[in-house]
Amino acid sequence: MADTMQFDLVSPERRLASMQVTAVQIPGTEGDMTAMADHAPTITTLRPGLLRVEGPEGTSEYVVTGGFAEIGGQGGVSVLAERAVARADMTQEQMDSMVAEAHAVYARAKDNWENEPGPVDDAAKLLADMVAVGDHIGLSSKQPSL
Amino acid sequence: MPNLKDLKNRIASVKSTRKITKAMQMVAAAKLRRAQEAAEASRPYTERFNAVMAGLAASVGGSDSAPKLLSGTGEDKVHLLVVMTAERGLCGGFNSNIAKKAKAHARDLLAQGKEVKILTVGKKGRDALRRDLGDHLVGHVDLSEVKKIGYGDAQKIAQDVLNRFDAGEFDVATIFYAKFVNVVMQTPTAQQIIPAKFDAEDGEDSGASTLFDYEPSEEAVLADLLPRGVATAIFSALLENGASEQGARMSAMDNATRNAGEMIDKLTIQYNRSRQAVITNELIEIISGAEAL
Repeated sequence: MADTMQFDLVSPERRLASMQVTAVQIPGTEGDMTAMADHAPTITTLRPGLLRVEGPEGTSEYVVTGGFAEIGGQGGVSVLAERAVARADMTQEQMDSMVAEAHAVYARAKDNWENEPGPVDDAAKLLADMVAVGDHIGLSSKQPSL
Repeated sequence: MPNLKDLKNRIASVKSTRKITKAMQMVAAAKLRRAQEAAEASRPYTERFNAVMAGLAASVGGSDSAPKLLSGTGEDKVHLLVVMTAERGLCGGFNSNIAKKAKAHARDLLAQGKEVKILTVGKKGRDALRRDLGDHLVGHVDLSEVKKIGYGDAQKIAQDVLNRFDAGEFDVATIFYAKFVNVVMQTPTAQQIIPAKFDAEDGEDSGASTLFDYEPSEEAVLADLLPRGVATAIFSALLENGASEQGARMSAMDNATRNAGEMIDKLTIQYNRSRQAVITNELIEIISGAEAL
């Protein structure tokens, strides 16, 4: 039996999960990482992706769209997601609206920062990540990716 | 003395008013429960967020490279007041208390020679401020179509505020809302959101003392989180406001119902007295008529 740790997933609107888990796979901005008990204290920002939680009672997955994760600190993992939905509850409409939102952000960024590549690239990456999540869980958006 | 028919009509009208206020009170009570639950549900997020931000702000805040959202523009000239009120009235002093607080703040700033810009959220606040400070209104957010306040609504307001900040329209932003204390008490509150302030006392000591690794980097995490901090502050203010509004409406309607009850009692006594007076009068007339024969 592997060591367990406290895991909390909260969105601004509610607490989605709070349980003992063995490992959490986090979609960090710099790449995926898996946190287990006694991980070094880390704070990372999230990209849109799939959060995989492995616990004694099995594995659960959530789609998160951004926010950050706090590992360690008070002995567990807290994920503060801007928006989080259990994978099973995810519908095509929700996915489409998220992708559409990312499209809007990208379009806005292109308008606002014509000569600065930074924010536009960020928005493009956000959009690409969003589409990738959709593809991954079998809810590909009908909209063109770029 | 008003005649009997008038009194009767009056009683009937007060009775139907009482029914309406009673119904409003009950609706407000049900909504209050839901609003309180929503506020409760957002608390874990806000608390964790502020704890992390307090730690981050403490370690990065002192350096010159700190983002403007945290350290400010270095000036203190133009103030943006975000005044959040309800879309509807009939909730006691709720709207006017917030507006009063905002007005006092604005006058202070104007007296100090600062420039004031006001962004209103909710129709009632705009109406209250338009008369005195109409020239200072720069925008309005309409939430009358929104049934249940979601994070998305807060994000939109935050985006608006941040866009204005990026465009250099103001230096300091303060939000005004009513903090929910209990059903009969709502405190109008002013909270500065830009430059961001995080209460060190809220962040637990253990969190602040742990040394974290930051991915991608401390600055990048902070730059990513600060705009979210604005949205989070606005969101929790909106939720507090929602609960306060329903609480204020509930107690206001409770009072109204009670007053209507008292009024009905008074009017009924008056009605009965004048009815008795009429009867007595008639009797006297009959008796004196019979005696005269």
